[in-house]
Amino acid sequence: MQIGKVIGTVVATQKHRKFDGAKLLLVQPLNADDTPRGTAVLAVDGAGAGVGEKVLVVNEGRAAGETLGRKAAPVDAAVIGIIDTVAIHE
Amino acid sequence: MQLARVVGDVVVTRKDESLTGIKLLLVQPLTPDRQPAGRPLVAADAAGAGVGEEVFFVRGKEASFPFYPAEPPVDAGIVGIVDHWDLE
Repeated sequence: MQIGKVIGTVVATQKHRKFDGAKLLLVQPLNADDTPRGTAVLAVDGAGAGVGEKVLVVNEGRAAGETLGRKAAPVDAAVIGIIDTVAIHE
Repeated sequence: MQLARVVGDVVVTRKDESLTGIKLLLVQPLTPDRQPAGRPLVAADAAGAGVGEEVFFVRGKEASFPFYPAEPPVDAGIVGIVDHWDLE
């Protein structure tokens, strides 16, 4: 999994039917020091997350599809949790 | 998934049989401020997208799922056409 920050939401009317009802979030992956890493990705929301929140993102199709409760959904990333804190002990 | 703009189409006559009827488009991944992010790639179209549109695409084996029961050998697929996005 990966830590990221929700930076926006995406609206798409014409999409594959397995996305019906799904909330699409733009998530900026973060380094351990909270600096941005790479390009923002699109993830389906499985945690009720909102813009500005720090979240846990899974980057694997089967796991991401399960957050939609649908089998064989063409997704590869999902927000699966809202992070309270990350403590680094070293 | 990633945001992208459709920048071209790809015509392939001689191909794997299970690709028959599948539209292949050239997409340029985008950052949220619409700058190019990395190199363009070819994606199978499962959303009815066309050149110039902003879309989102999925990577990996999941790109073939919209074509079930066919299992085309693709690793990227357009699964939605973006109306707009809002940033914080």
